[in-house]
Formats: sequence, C-alpha cells, structure tokens
Amino acid sequence: MTAHVALAVAIAALSTGQGKQLYGQYCISCHGANGEGVAQARTIGGAPQRIQEQQSARGPSLRGVGALAADFYLRTGYMPLHRIGDQPRRSRVLFSDLEIRDLVAYIASLGSGPAIPRPQPQLGNLAEGLHLFTDHCAGCHQVVAQGGVVTGALPPALDDATDVQIAEAVRIGPYVMPKFSETAITNTQLNSIVRYVDWIKHPDNRGGWAIGDIGPVPEGLVTWFLAAALLVALCVVVGKRLKRA
Amino acid sequence: MIRRAVRYLDTRTGTTPIVRKTLRYLFPDHWSFLLGEIALYAFIVLVATGIYLTFFFVDSTREVVYHGPYVPLQGQHMSEAYRSVLNISMTVRAGLLIRQTHHWAANVFIAAIILHLFRVFFTGAYRKPRGLIYVIGVTMLMLTLLEAYLGYSLVDDLLSGMGLVIGYSVGLSIPFVGANVMSWLFHGPFPGQSTLWPRMYIAHVLIFPVLIGTLLTVHVLLVAMRHHTQFRQTATETERTVRGVPAYPGQAPRSIGLMFATAGVLFLLGGLVQINPIWLWGPFHTYVSTNGAQPDWYLGWLIGALRLVPSFDLVIGKYTLVPNPFWGGVAFPLVVFGFLYLWPAIERKITGDTAFHNLVERPRDNPLRTALGIGIVTWVLLVFIAGSSDRVYVWLNVSYTSQIDIYRVLVFVIPLLAAAIAHRVCEELVAGEKVERDERAAEAEARLART
Repeated sequence: MTAHVALAVAIAALSTGQGKQLYGQYCISCHGANGEGVAQARTIGGAPQRIQEQQSARGPSLRGVGALAADFYLRTGYMPLHRIGDQPRRSRVLFSDLEIRDLVAYIASLGSGPAIPRPQPQLGNLAEGLHLFTDHCAGCHQVVAQGGVVTGALPPALDDATDVQIAEAVRIGPYVMPKFSETAITNTQLNSIVRYVDWIKHPDNRGGWAIGDIGPVPEGLVTWFLAAALLVALCVVVGKRLKRA
Repeated sequence: MIRRAVRYLDTRTGTTPIVRKTLRYLFPDHWSFLLGEIALYAFIVLVATGIYLTFFFVDSTREVVYHGPYVPLQGQHMSEAYRSVLNISMTVRAGLLIRQTHHWAANVFIAAIILHLFRVFFTGAYRKPRGLIYVIGVTMLMLTLLEAYLGYSLVDDLLSGMGLVIGYSVGLSIPFVGANVMSWLFHGPFPGQSTLWPRMYIAHVLIFPVLIGTLLTVHVLLVAMRHHTQFRQTATETERTVRGVPAYPGQAPRSIGLMFATAGVLFLLGGLVQINPIWLWGPFHTYVSTNGAQPDWYLGWLIGALRLVPSFDLVIGKYTLVPNPFWGGVAFPLVVFGFLYLWPAIERKITGDTAFHNLVERPRDNPLRTALGIGIVTWVLLVFIAGSSDRVYVWLNVSYTSQIDIYRVLVFVIPLLAAAIAHRVCEELVAGEKVERDERAAEAEARLART
C-alpha cells in the first residue's frame, strides 16, 4: 500500500504540469482556478449517517476528492458535464489514457484524498455479493443491475461499469447515490459486490431468451405481441377453413 | 371405430341420443368464436402443469439455508417456499419447463379471456337469453386475476414479496373493514404469520381452481343449452334459425387442433422464453426491494391507477376515512367490473330492447355500444400503460413525473376522442354499405331496363 502511494506521488510530480494545462482547458470554468469549486453544495435529504448533497450551481471543490473521484468521473465520461445540473451520464471519454492520468494526478495533488481503489473480485464471495447488492444497491440499480428510476435521477444499468469504477462509485456516491464508507461496506465486502456485478453482466438465463432480465413488462409484451397475436392468427386460419368446409 | 365406441356406450348407458345431439351441435362460422376456446385450453394447460408443480412446492415460510447448486444463493437464508421453487427451477426434472409454461399459460389465459370478452361485448352476445353466461364469464375473469396474483405471490421471491406488500396496503385502505379483513387474512400484520402461506396455497391450488372450473363448466353448458350466437349471414335470416358447422366432423377436429396449437405455443414459450427468473431476483425479506419491480401484465392497470391518482385522502376530522390506495387499487377496478356487470341492464334501459337475440350484431351496427366500449377499453389501456412509466423513463428518457402529469390529462381526453372516432367510423362503414347496396340495386335495375 505504501509503495502504491509512493509511486502515485512520484508520477504525480512528473505529470501535474500536463494535468494542470488540461484542467485549465476543460475543468476550470466550473471547478475554479485552483479546484476550489464555484458554489456551495446544499443538503437534499439523506438518512442517519448518510448525507446527501447536491450542487446548486457550477462545480464543487475538488480539494481532497483525491485520485479516486477524478479517475471515476473522467473514465466513465461523466465529466466534462454537458450542462450544469444534468445527471452525469456514461458517455464518450474525451481524453486519452495518458491525459486522464495527468489530470487525475493534478487533481490528486490539490489536497490529500483517497487513491484509486484496487478491488479484487476474485477474493470476493458471489453469494455474499448478491446478498449485499440486494441490501444496498438493488433498490435503485435493480437486482440484476439493469438500472431503474428514483426521484430526480436514473440510476444507471451497470453493464459497462468496470471493477474499479464500481468500487469508486460505492465510495464517492456520484450524483444522488449515497456514499458508503469503509465501515458501511468493508473492502472485503466490496470485493464480493464487484464480483456479483461482474457475474450479473452475463446472468444465468437458464430459462431461455432473457427478454431484458427485468421481469413482467417485457413478459407482458411477449404475452400479447407474440403469444396472443400468434393464437389469434391461428383462430383466423382455422376459422377460414371452417368456411370452406 | 367411432360407431363401435358409440354402440359400446349406448348398450351400457343409453346415451346415444345425447351423443348424437352433441355431435350434431352446430357451431357458428366465424373465427372470433374460437377466442374463448383458447382460454379453455390455456386453463387445461394450467391445471396440468399446476398439478406437476404441486408435487415439489412447499407451502412454508420456515426459514432455511440454501445449499443447492445455484452458487449466488448458497448459504443465503430464505423461506422453504422460495427454496422449493428454486429447486423446481434447478434440480427437478423438467421443473423449469413446467414452471415457465405454467406462468406463460397464466399470462395467455387472461389475455384470451379478455379477447373473448371483447368479442362478446362488441357484438352484443351478452343480451338475452345469455345474460347469466356473461355474468359468469365476468366473474371468472375476476377470480382469475386473484388466482394469478396468488400464484405470483406464493413463490416468495423478491418481486412476489413486493407485490404482496402492495396488495396488503391496498387491502388496508378499504374503509372501516380494511384493517380487520387484512389482519384476518394475513393472521396479523404484514408479512403475516406462518399460517399465511398454507392459506394462500390452498386458495391457489384448490379453492380458486375449483371455483373457476365449476363456473367454466356451467358457462359452457349454458352456452350449449342456449346455443351459440351467430352473425347474420343472409339479409333474410331470422333469430330462429341456426347455421354453422356440426360438431362432428366439422368443428371437433379443428377445436382439438386448436387445443394442441395452444398447448404447443405455451410449451414452446415455456421452453424458449424465460419468465420470472426467480433465482435472479433472490429471496424476499421485508427490508429489501428492487427497482423496477412490476406486477404481471394483468395487474398493470391497478399499478397504473395507483400511480395516477393524485395524493389525497378522505379525512373527516382526525379520522382518515378513505386512504389514498383505495382510489386506484379498489375503486378503479370496482368501477370497471361494475360497468361490466351492469352494462347489459343499462343497455336494456337505454334501448328498451328486452327481446331475445340469437343473432349478434357487428360492432358497426351498434355505434353507441361500440363507441362506449372503445372509450372504456382506451381508458383502462392508458391507465395500464401508465403503470410501466418507470421502465419507459429508463428506455425513452421521458421523465417519470412529466409522464404521470401527461397521463393524468390523457386518460380523460383520449378515451372521449377514441369513442367519438369509433362512433364516426361505425356510421361511415354502415353508410358505405348502404351506398354499395344502392349501387348494386341501380345496376340491377339498369340491366333489367336494357333487356
């Protein structure tokens, strides 16, 4: 772990220059000249031990968010945001891998913050993962991680989320997602969750054509537009034959 | 072969007159009369597959730990009921095929009943002397909805648990008696006592199927006694003639063919298209939920109504007389079923027509009924579609709240519009026919004049 930090610091020293330049080009208008942010965050609810914040305008301070948040927002294409106030969505990543590394290093250098996590799903337990995912995540992301709806936001499907991004999102709580501390979800538990999300990208569809793995809505569509349509057509065919007989 | 079988029966039971009468029964000659048969055959598939499932289902909520072959659930705590359905889906021979076929058959069964109801309603086949047949039919539809909901709930997976919560809450909202009725049914507050599952199970596998089966028999026997209705085929046809194809050799082979076709479609779906993958949903606990949970399609109209009704309760002083879920969950279906039950009487009042009708009308022949029917179908359909607005938000990115606001207006506007259009179309179709008839008459006259 210390080796990681040392390495990160060394890389940071080398690449912050390039990162600062990119920052000035793409991020400065919302996040401020030195990453101090341009507006106050306001609290919009939450629960005991869980604070929910929303940025009323412009961007939040990036001091102390660390490499973790920068890496997440840049590699998912969440940032730069198309319009302030929008929910960040997974979109085309604007920067090359090298540029992202430079930017992340620069933002990490703004204050002491968490490093990029290194989840190890192979150490996780699939059954524990499903259990934890149902407890903490399924209420918004749907139990098969197909995404869903909450007030004011669309929790995304997790098909494209990488292991690192899943771990990062859990720790940051992007947009209206709650953030989970290491007491709420330990790193070991996080390994299990990541393992489950990886597994659920190709779930056990032993029943045949999965029709989206979200249950009754597509099932109803199949009932009417496949089964009922076919059976009515059969009735018409049989009825026609009756006439000729 | 048949002759020998008939003789065998006759010498022992003297049933030849009945058999002969049955074989010579004339069936009406139009495809729409086969829709009810699909429902009948789906019911047979339901009973057959259901019997197989009862061999393996356990109606107990006793908590157990799963140690079966499905890795993501190993070591998880779950009810015995849910584990038994997991086993049906994983280890029982042909279990998953039969379970999926059972579920598809339920979905198709209700769809077929509704299509059949459309035929009966829009042709006026419910009129005298078939009022009782119609009332039994509507009752069966209602029982079927409850029966299907019980089946969905019994599995005790995440979705079924969430469905049960909604049903329980809607039940609680019934004024005065709701709380008492629900705690009587559940034997206490949600999630109920261990007695709940055996209760639901016996209702699902015995009480409701026997009720539906009995009503179905009466329904079909009454149809045979009153005879089928039929469309008018010639201009001079009266209410007193029966036309059609005889049961044998005309109808029976086709009907049996339709039975195999229905069963074939249902088993193909059961084998090829995944329905309710309960192993993916996981077990239900009162503290968990999943986003995008939906009821099966036939209860979608109730979820839609719960979503559309604005947030208000009927409060008198400090006492909440009617809590909000009542409007969408109880009042709305009561209005729809109330209409279905009362419409024949209302129509008799409006038209003053109390005569017997063996000839059915084409929808265009009765624009008022057709317009009203289309209006109500559109109304329920829109509420139904509103029920899936959360998935529509995910798929089409139209915000949930704006969808609900739009639907709140549309459910009043579109049905009126649809009814007006239907009325106009009926009139135009009839007018068009009159033009054609006049043209033919004029041509005939002209030919006559030339000779």
